[in-house]
Amino acid sequence: MSPTATSVDVKTLIINGENVSARADQTILDVARENGIFIPTLCHLDGLTDVGACRLCLVEIKGSPKLFPACVTKVEEGMEVDTNSERLVHHRRTILELLFAERNHVCAVCVANGNCELQAVAQTQGLTHVRLPYRVGRLEVDTSNERFVADHNRCILCSRCVRVCAEIEGAHVWDIMGRGINSQVLTDLHEPWGASSCTRCGKCIQVCPTGALFDKSKVGVSHPKHPEFLPYLNMMRDGQ
Amino acid sequence: MNLEELQQIAENSKQERAKADFEINVCMGTGCLSQHSDKIKDELAREASVSNKRIIVRRTGCMGLCASGPLVFMEPINVLYQHVTPERAKEVVKSVEGAPIPELLCDLREHFDDQVHVVLENSGRIDPEKIEDYIGRDGFVALLKALTEMTPITVIEEITRSGLKGRGGGGYPTGLKWGTVAKAVGDMKYVICNGDEGDPGAFMDRSVLESDPQRVIEGMTIAAYAVGASRGFVYVRAEYPLAVSRLSTALRDARRRGLLGNNICGTAFNFDIEIRLGAGAFVCGEETALIASIEGKRGTPKPRPPYPAVSGLWGKPTLINNVETFANVPPIIRNGGAWFANMGTEKSKGTKVFALTGKINHTGLVEVPMGMTLRQIIFGIGGGVPEGRRFKAVQTGGPSGGCIPEEHLDIPVSYESLIGVGSMMGSGGMIVMDDTSCMVNVAKFFVEFCMGESCGKCIPCRAGTAQMHQILAKICNGEGTYADLDVLVDLCSVIKETSLCGLGMTAPNPVLSTLRYFRNEYIEHIENKNCPAGVCACGSREIEGSVSGEVEVHA
Amino acid sequence: MSKLKLATVWLDGCSGCHMSFLDMDERLITLSNQFDLVFSPLVDFKTFPEGVDIALVEGAISSVEDEHKIHIIRERTKMLIAMGDCAITTNVPGMRNSFGAKAITDHAYFTTADLQQQVPAVGVPALIEKVRPVHEVVPVDLFLPGCPPSADTFYTVLSDLLAGRTPDIASLTRFGA
Repeated sequence: MSPTATSVDVKTLIINGENVSARADQTILDVARENGIFIPTLCHLDGLTDVGACRLCLVEIKGSPKLFPACVTKVEEGMEVDTNSERLVHHRRTILELLFAERNHVCAVCVANGNCELQAVAQTQGLTHVRLPYRVGRLEVDTSNERFVADHNRCILCSRCVRVCAEIEGAHVWDIMGRGINSQVLTDLHEPWGASSCTRCGKCIQVCPTGALFDKSKVGVSHPKHPEFLPYLNMMRDGQ
Repeated sequence: MNLEELQQIAENSKQERAKADFEINVCMGTGCLSQHSDKIKDELAREASVSNKRIIVRRTGCMGLCASGPLVFMEPINVLYQHVTPERAKEVVKSVEGAPIPELLCDLREHFDDQVHVVLENSGRIDPEKIEDYIGRDGFVALLKALTEMTPITVIEEITRSGLKGRGGGGYPTGLKWGTVAKAVGDMKYVICNGDEGDPGAFMDRSVLESDPQRVIEGMTIAAYAVGASRGFVYVRAEYPLAVSRLSTALRDARRRGLLGNNICGTAFNFDIEIRLGAGAFVCGEETALIASIEGKRGTPKPRPPYPAVSGLWGKPTLINNVETFANVPPIIRNGGAWFANMGTEKSKGTKVFALTGKINHTGLVEVPMGMTLRQIIFGIGGGVPEGRRFKAVQTGGPSGGCIPEEHLDIPVSYESLIGVGSMMGSGGMIVMDDTSCMVNVAKFFVEFCMGESCGKCIPCRAGTAQMHQILAKICNGEGTYADLDVLVDLCSVIKETSLCGLGMTAPNPVLSTLRYFRNEYIEHIENKNCPAGVCACGSREIEGSVSGEVEVHA
Repeated sequence: MSKLKLATVWLDGCSGCHMSFLDMDERLITLSNQFDLVFSPLVDFKTFPEGVDIALVEGAISSVEDEHKIHIIRERTKMLIAMGDCAITTNVPGMRNSFGAKAITDHAYFTTADLQQQVPAVGVPALIEKVRPVHEVVPVDLFLPGCPPSADTFYTVLSDLLAGRTPDIASLTRFGA
């Protein structure tokens, strides 16, 4: 970040018809949130690098037929952004439908019910049912860790756990194996979580948006997650 | 090495050839090798040695007409033999100055005469494992010219003037890309050659690497000089062992001759190339995924921008072009951009290599000027559909492309025209289908391919292709409904517009193009639970008076 | 003005949605000024009548009986509302889908049965292979997610519908609510 105020490059742009200003290094998502404009996200998390994978934050930019992920698209002078067009709303709903139909996301019997970002985003997007057939499959539930559980049936492959483990904890226990519809997060080289090099720091539990990763002691009770420590942690580290 | 030395090697190579009165060239590309052309060559060499004639028996790369392999080309009588067997070696050697053997004779004027070979100019003419052969045919003249007579800027200008566009499928102007990388600031820059050719039915890049690997090295080195790069990588599929081994030999020879490494050709320019093997993921043909793979990471794409030209391999400015693109560079520098721009159409210059496969008589590799019609390529050069069956469609652009029906066969082939009919140029695969193909099943096949090759990073591609496949399977089984068709169309638009990379964005194309031209086949499966081509599980009856299967073919 | 005809139906669900419906308590009396409950597990009508204005369907389609019923209900109803997560997502009943119907009946009637190991052939409808949400079988007009939707949700939605307004479902309830 720039040390002197004079060297800050300021851009002005329009989001949903509203004039906003931004630093040149900001993304559309940053600026929208600063200005109280809601853009849904699942893979983005303040404090982690962005991967642009969940496609929920796609926005329209005037002059281009393409859609742009707000989390990785930098602002530009004079940009006209639409975050809520009919097309975007439709596409977001379909993406959520694809997610809900992909694995088991039965909210009623999920440890994250009421604290789940997928569930919450679905509500904000007005998703009341899924047109697509639910894919039938059963994935492993890894309970080998003495403190935590990985229920792959609940995973949406946002890769937050992979990133927090590599970037913040520095352990890089989590990664992704397989491809396409058969992708799955794994610990180490597919060792059981309990036998892996996991440091038991629990950061992945806190950043997991769904009930895929959870704390055994929280089963049956409300399991809120607290990923908000990340930006603070980064700030303290940068300050060192 | 300087120009005189290069000329000396070329001269030596020519004299070597002049010592012999006859040349027998044996195709040892993957196609002919699979039919043991190596044994044929050994046998021919043995027969030649015991004959009292001065004959060179040479291993060469692909001669193009893979369907008729193993192929043997005889000079100076200028005769091509097809389906040669080791047993006939004696006769073949005997015929070098006599009358050609009639039953081996491959006389396909319509196949060869309309082709224009730029990329393939040396394929089937030189021994791909002898750098002297390449130098003997003007090899590395362009590199020397670039290094000694041109500045990086004039090299880029020449490429821009040629109008060359990326041959990997995207069709991005090559000169513009080079200029961007040249302008990018970085203490280190890289040049990557994308040889991760993964489209079903495509083998252009494999063939170029197997038949003329030095050309790709020369093209990359010129590119490196133009953009200021000092390291290069060729990313080749591990499934191409012959291409890898010939490329390794070529790299070793180029280094020995001072054409790679430090102080190339006595100038201050340093550049070297390493090979990286792809582990079989189609998505690694996508440039950001390819870069991740070279870095040793999981091969998944990243959102662009930043483009590799600015932040690519290890965050450095990186030029990434396809094999065929680099293979076009030496002749452009040698003959000038204007020469290249003279070929082709207004917006698509030069030539394009296509791999003709499927229901076509002359399966193999062809190179034609841009602007030739699909009909000329398929029915002229390709010899049409075998067994008197009816042509139904040609799939271009690989799994990301589309199926083009008979009614559009007269469009001139160019980047723009193919997009106009709902397909794309792609890397150059052309799969011809006749009336025994069910287009719903074809769409299902390509969607299944994309589903299997999706990296799984973004949800539309990961789960969307799986959902599309499920619906297509339902329709093929005669269980589909019109509601399913609506959902399918809707999924197509979502996946196309929201996927992270080109694989996902183009995955719906086979469905969209078959729906556009062969909707009646979908309807027939849904309405009457009938597969007109008799391919699908739901059973088959001929449709009376239907458009599908009733297409007139004008050869 | 004649009263609207309301029906509630119980397919493969736990009846929790009906319990929650009853939780409207005294507000039910307010609503009952405007509708007649013409069919429901809560009342004693044997056949689903013709000309129903609103049908609230709880539960997923799990058996041949459910399949049979839902078609009749759809035919005789103007507005069919999928009530609760089972009807919309198959929810808990749908969790058997990864095992298949036979594994379920085998487990219930053989593995865990000590006496009379047999699948009942009379009086118990056969399971269909895959539990399906209602909208996969017949068109649904309104989706009311929740496990169960709260009494407040029911009251607001029904009041809105009776008043001719379109309820804003997403602001009231969600999957698993």
